[in-house]
Amino acid sequence: MSQKVKDASIPTIPFKARFSRWFGRNLLRIYMIFGFTYLFIPVAYTFAFSFNDSGKSNLIWKGFTLDNWRNPCGAPEVCNALGNSIKIGLLATIFSTILGTMIAFAIGRYKFKGRSTSNLLIFLPMATPEIVLGASLLSLFLVFKINPGFWPTVIAHVMFCISFVVVTVKARIASLDPRLEQAAMDLYANELETFRKVTLPLVAPGIAGAALLAFSLSFDDFIITNFNSGTLITFPKFVYVSAARGIPAQANVIGSAMFFLALAIVIAGQLVKRKKTR
Amino acid sequence: MSLPKVRVPYLLLLPGFAFLFTFFILPIINLAQTSTQTRVAGGDTGQYEQTLAFSNYIQAFVENKEQFGRSFLYATLATIFALAIAYPLAYGIAFKAGKYKNILLVLVVAPFFTSFLLRTVAWKQILGEEGFVVPGLRSLNIIGEQTTLTSTSIAVVAGMTYNFLPFMTLPLYASLERIDPRTIEAAGDLYANGITAFRRVTVPLSMPGVVAGTLLTFIPAAGDYVNAAILGSPNTKMIGNVIESRYFKIVDYPTAAALSFTLMVAILILVTLYIRKAGTEELV
Repeated sequence: MSQKVKDASIPTIPFKARFSRWFGRNLLRIYMIFGFTYLFIPVAYTFAFSFNDSGKSNLIWKGFTLDNWRNPCGAPEVCNALGNSIKIGLLATIFSTILGTMIAFAIGRYKFKGRSTSNLLIFLPMATPEIVLGASLLSLFLVFKINPGFWPTVIAHVMFCISFVVVTVKARIASLDPRLEQAAMDLYANELETFRKVTLPLVAPGIAGAALLAFSLSFDDFIITNFNSGTLITFPKFVYVSAARGIPAQANVIGSAMFFLALAIVIAGQLVKRKKTR
Repeated sequence: MSLPKVRVPYLLLLPGFAFLFTFFILPIINLAQTSTQTRVAGGDTGQYEQTLAFSNYIQAFVENKEQFGRSFLYATLATIFALAIAYPLAYGIAFKAGKYKNILLVLVVAPFFTSFLLRTVAWKQILGEEGFVVPGLRSLNIIGEQTTLTSTSIAVVAGMTYNFLPFMTLPLYASLERIDPRTIEAAGDLYANGITAFRRVTVPLSMPGVVAGTLLTFIPAAGDYVNAAILGSPNTKMIGNVIESRYFKIVDYPTAAALSFTLMVAILILVTLYIRKAGTEELV
């Protein structure tokens, strides 16, 4: 009897040991699977509910439909808000990328008096909570009797995007091999030609990355926008305002579309990069 | 380029810094001025005059110390949770992902391409009565019939942890990826086991990423009011919610300005102390 029990228990001990060893080895992998699941839950939810045949309030699953995707402007206020967000995002991206890139070249390329103060001035807006940036800018506009709205929002977005552009472009400039520019000079290129034909193309991916970052920061911003936009509705503001009574499924369509669009841009960027390094 | 060389950097800086001076520095100065104003006697709502009333600060702080405390507590908790979630993710991507490195890195950032607000609303619905989490936990008897997940401080901290996760993951990844794997091998050659090598070599070398990540999470989290507004209840109000309602609902600019200024200075002091302690200068 006791013999039998022993026999039966023999395979279970190695199994346990094997399992714990397997578990120890794959702990990181298991953790990562959980991590990625956690990351994607709200995205999957947003995507799934973009197919909800929901009517006005998109809170409970009522049935599958493609109507929301066929007609994303079915809730007109969603498209209006989206249009505003895109316009503001593009303007903020153009201005902040130009201003930020110039600053990045100055700080990244030159030694001058006041360089560390300049670094501090770039760091400070990033170390200030958004609500303080938004509230202080609004009180400035109020003092000068400027009504919050479209242009105040653009100005606010340029202001908080500049620092991120500077940091991104500066990192790219710092990683350049100075010998490439020396080589151009050795080949009798003057300073301007070297800049145009060697430096700028090499820094270009950094500038493009900075512009994408600026656009996504601007597009997704809520707090600073809420303070400076007055009655103008942007996409995040629309979601916030209608959150209490349930947002229309068209907002989920736009959110999901943004997700796939951004994913496509990033993957395309990676592919271009890979082709170039080959 | 016949310009004298010395002037070039200043010319490059001029437009950007003029912009930042007008729309960042001036507003902060103006905010400081507003914070000591008081209401015009017999004036309309929103009419204030400068009286250098520094007592505004004391009053604003005393009235809202609970919300201040909550902001710093929630932000600290969210930062710790985000670090706990992001470090293994960043570590796995940097060292164990092999040829899938770039794909995984894209996937880690990808959820944040859907709007911040939409994700928060999605969490509200997932954790709400109509979602699948609460009925699921109830049927497993993990939580009681009366327990809810939304409108609690747990939901607010969870929402903040989720929303600021990429700000933690990316700097961590950047500093982990830069570590030369040979330094870790060397630790192994010197008879350090895996855990010792991780603790004594990998973690110290990843400190710049930890510092940058915790700052980039803590600062926006401390000033946030969106998560508290959507996922919380009146009992989870943070200082951001107070500032927002002082501005828009009560039109009490001086108190709102005093609160904003206090928040900014408190965060700057904390950040400075933290950077000193962590001993990393190269942040920007």
